[in-house]
Amino acid sequence: MATEIRATHALHTRRLSRNIGLGVVLILFVGLVYGLTIAKVGTDPTDELGAPWAAGQERAAQ
Amino acid sequence: MTDTTILDQDRDAGFGDYFALLKPRVMSLVVFTALVGLLVAPGGINPFVGLCAILFIAVGGGASGALNMWWDADIDARMKRTVKRPIPAGKVEPGEALGLGIALTGFSVIMLFLATNWVAGALLAFTIFFYVVIYTMWLKRWTPQNIVIGGAAGAFPPMIGWAAVTGDIAIESVLMFALTFAWTPPHFWSLALFVKSDYKDAGVPMLTVTHGRRVTRNHILGYTVALAAVALGLGLTSIGGPAYLAVAVVMNLWFIKGAVEIWRRTDADSEADSHLAERKFFKFSLLYLFVHFGMLLVERSLIPFGLGGW
Repeated sequence: MATEIRATHALHTRRLSRNIGLGVVLILFVGLVYGLTIAKVGTDPTDELGAPWAAGQERAAQ
Repeated sequence: MTDTTILDQDRDAGFGDYFALLKPRVMSLVVFTALVGLLVAPGGINPFVGLCAILFIAVGGGASGALNMWWDADIDARMKRTVKRPIPAGKVEPGEALGLGIALTGFSVIMLFLATNWVAGALLAFTIFFYVVIYTMWLKRWTPQNIVIGGAAGAFPPMIGWAAVTGDIAIESVLMFALTFAWTPPHFWSLALFVKSDYKDAGVPMLTVTHGRRVTRNHILGYTVALAAVALGLGLTSIGGPAYLAVAVVMNLWFIKGAVEIWRRTDADSEADSHLAERKFFKFSLLYLFVHFGMLLVERSLIPFGLGGW
């Protein structure tokens, strides 16, 4: 009657690879979106958002 | 029987099985040609955005692979080459492959659009539609020209890479498409001439079976000549140059020589040396595509030194 719940069942071991894999993929995706944000928002000296920033950098250097 | 044994019978797919649904080996060709398209395009792209674009194109290619395996699970189960794929092997449910394919299609198209522009996103969406609906669902089981159509789907990546940078379609990107497109038939049909395949048992029409090996030899020669015209034409555009053209002339002459040899042979000749000419031609075809795209990269990387291009 007493069904024992063991901490790790074979099921956990078998699914470990896909759980870890999915976790890694999600973390990479977060990094990707963060990187895209950095790459696309405002620090490109050739676009209208980046121009004031680039000018500011230049002034700071002087 | 306890509850746990029921769970034990339920086979779970590992991460690798889902990854295998994305056809990683096909992906390598997609990544390489898309990368060349992206790097030779005029202008330039933020390196990180470019890296993301290549990744999303690769994921889109993987999505079409998963959808292809969902639809073709019945054929795959009947062929030795494909019987170990995740669905026929019983590791992944067909519905899971369908779900993964659709999810990754939406993901890759939207992310490519957000990271670059709508032209690149639309081209990727069209490529997946073309490969899954036009090729896999419609033409693959219906016409022996299926290889030609499938080759078109595989030829789109350099156009997508180009569009990711320029937001446009140009003669250069269309010719890069045409290069892989015209290359696929001689590449696959030469393989079909020396590999015993079980496409026939699976009910997939292959030119060697439906129209015979003689017709296949004629087709190889025809496409190889067309391919040479495309390859040399590409050399005259803004992304070509003397170095590309010199290499292209030599490689295409060699490729045509091989095609003529295949065309002149009878099956008896072919059996006699266990398809030596066909094998050599197939092996060379792999090098052919790699070197052509590689030379476009060389021309591009010579430009800073005042050497590349015309």
